Amino acid sequence: MEYWNPKVERLSAEELKQLQERKLRRVVENAYEYSSFYKKLFAAAGFSPADIRSLEDIQQLPFTRKTDLRDTYPTGMFSVPQSQIVRFHVSSGTTGVPTVVGYTANDIDVWTTCLARSLTACGLGRGDVVQVAYGYGLFTGGLGLHYGVEEIGAAVLPIGAGTTTRQISLMKDLGTTAIACTPSYLLHIGEVAESMNIDIASQTRLRVGILGAEPWSLESRKRIEQNLGIKAYDIYGTSEMSGPLFTECSAQNGIHVWADHFLIEIVDDYGGPVEEGEKGELVVTTLSKEALPLIRYKMGDITSLVWEECECGRTHPRIMRIQGRVDDMIVVRGVNVFPSQIESVLMQIPEVGDHFQIVVDRAGPMDVMAVKIEVTESTLSDRVGALMQLEERVAKQLRDVLMVNAKVELVERGTLPRSSGKSQKVIDLRQI
Amino acid sequence: MRMVTSKMLKQITLFAENKPGRLASATKILSENGINVRAFTIADSGEFGIIRFVVDDADASLRRLRRAGFSVSETKVIGLEMPDTPGALFEISRALSDNDINIDYAYAYTSATPNKAILILQASDLKKAAGLLTELGFHLIESSP
Repeated sequence: MEYWNPKVERLSAEELKQLQERKLRRVVENAYEYSSFYKKLFAAAGFSPADIRSLEDIQQLPFTRKTDLRDTYPTGMFSVPQSQIVRFHVSSGTTGVPTVVGYTANDIDVWTTCLARSLTACGLGRGDVVQVAYGYGLFTGGLGLHYGVEEIGAAVLPIGAGTTTRQISLMKDLGTTAIACTPSYLLHIGEVAESMNIDIASQTRLRVGILGAEPWSLESRKRIEQNLGIKAYDIYGTSEMSGPLFTECSAQNGIHVWADHFLIEIVDDYGGPVEEGEKGELVVTTLSKEALPLIRYKMGDITSLVWEECECGRTHPRIMRIQGRVDDMIVVRGVNVFPSQIESVLMQIPEVGDHFQIVVDRAGPMDVMAVKIEVTESTLSDRVGALMQLEERVAKQLRDVLMVNAKVELVERGTLPRSSGKSQKVIDLRQI
Repeated sequence: MRMVTSKMLKQITLFAENKPGRLASATKILSENGINVRAFTIADSGEFGIIRFVVDDADASLRRLRRAGFSVSETKVIGLEMPDTPGALFEISRALSDNDINIDYAYAYTSATPNKAILILQASDLKKAAGLLTELGFHLIESSP
């Protein structure tokens, strides 16, 4: 089956925008009526729901942010009584107060439907075995995908963040055809499989990776696909939006955002709209969520949006690969640096291994940035000079792209962190 | 020049960050596995070091060190048995320089054979160097049991 819901997935852009406009009006009215948070917010902006006459009118509304969720912890932004909530998820809160997301039964249905469409677009369906290696529990990744996989009639292997050797042996024994996890964890699985003398490409049935929860580059995708003999699809979604929701399709050229449930804007640094296809910050308005509606929620992710019909036949707009996060950005000597830029440079250099780490520190008044990469067996030369040349060559390519100096340091293999969650790619030691 | 297939010696090359204990932990693995180190040398960049070993069982060393998580690789070098007498090193280095071959690094140990030393040699053109030295009548070793 090529589409989960061919009718909806192939509505014309015009029909989709009309549907969005109709739903937007209702979302804003409901929020105004049932959420004290939004009522106050709209009132402060001198806005009444009747002001929404077209989609563009959304631009009159103020933005919301993660800080609003934190400030109203735990459930101050909810728009339904507690009796309608059937589930909670809670973000880890590693960067501050945790954020709580609630779901009505209908919210879970919409989430599951979105994933059913997405997983189908990745070529999955009945007969597939999908190993969900995202964490289960308070994190949305595990349970979200779990429901989506069941919905499409595939078998789910709910292993969660299990030990890596177990992931590999079950993958082999149960004939896993798809795995959902972070890209860095899948690379790690590949390494461990190699040390167990298992060739994933030839000795397992794995053919699809559903990879996300951290930014990754096209070059990483190329490596994963080549090393493991699979197709690797990007998945996007945040806990505030429900959890993982959207993936690429077989064209692997952008992530389809289901426009009947989510309205996406891309804005510039000043909050104004950018031209279609231009880069900016992702802003989300949920069109179907009941428990925790988001209106103009600034996601912090940097991407672009295109409405052009995809070669897969789906008409829903696509966001392009996430280029980084507004708050992931490191400023080194006044220059904005995104870890994804560094990853992209490194993965183009065949001598560089799969893992890296960025360490920013201060030497006197100056910022210094070091990029650590692991030495690989094939690059390990018996000549010190050859290795120093490699460091210099990588440093030069980084400088050409980043416009700031980075010192490249070779470290022993297996010493940089590999994690099953978001990888710790940046260490900032600066005392400011 | 006539091409001679010359014997090469396997050297273990180990990458180590410049911090205490790296040589100790690597040699511990070798000692636990009954591997004898015949000669070694360390070159460093200030931040990392390259430790080069000639051992009695190169394949086992490589396997053991790799399994223990070390960054190791195998490198071909020349192992040359030379007389432990004045002028021997001069003869070798002159032959190489006359043929425009650069020595990248070298180290040595005394052989079990009396009055012989083993010179370990890495050169800009290893094949050419090995061929030349074989033609000059030097004995190249393939292993160092």
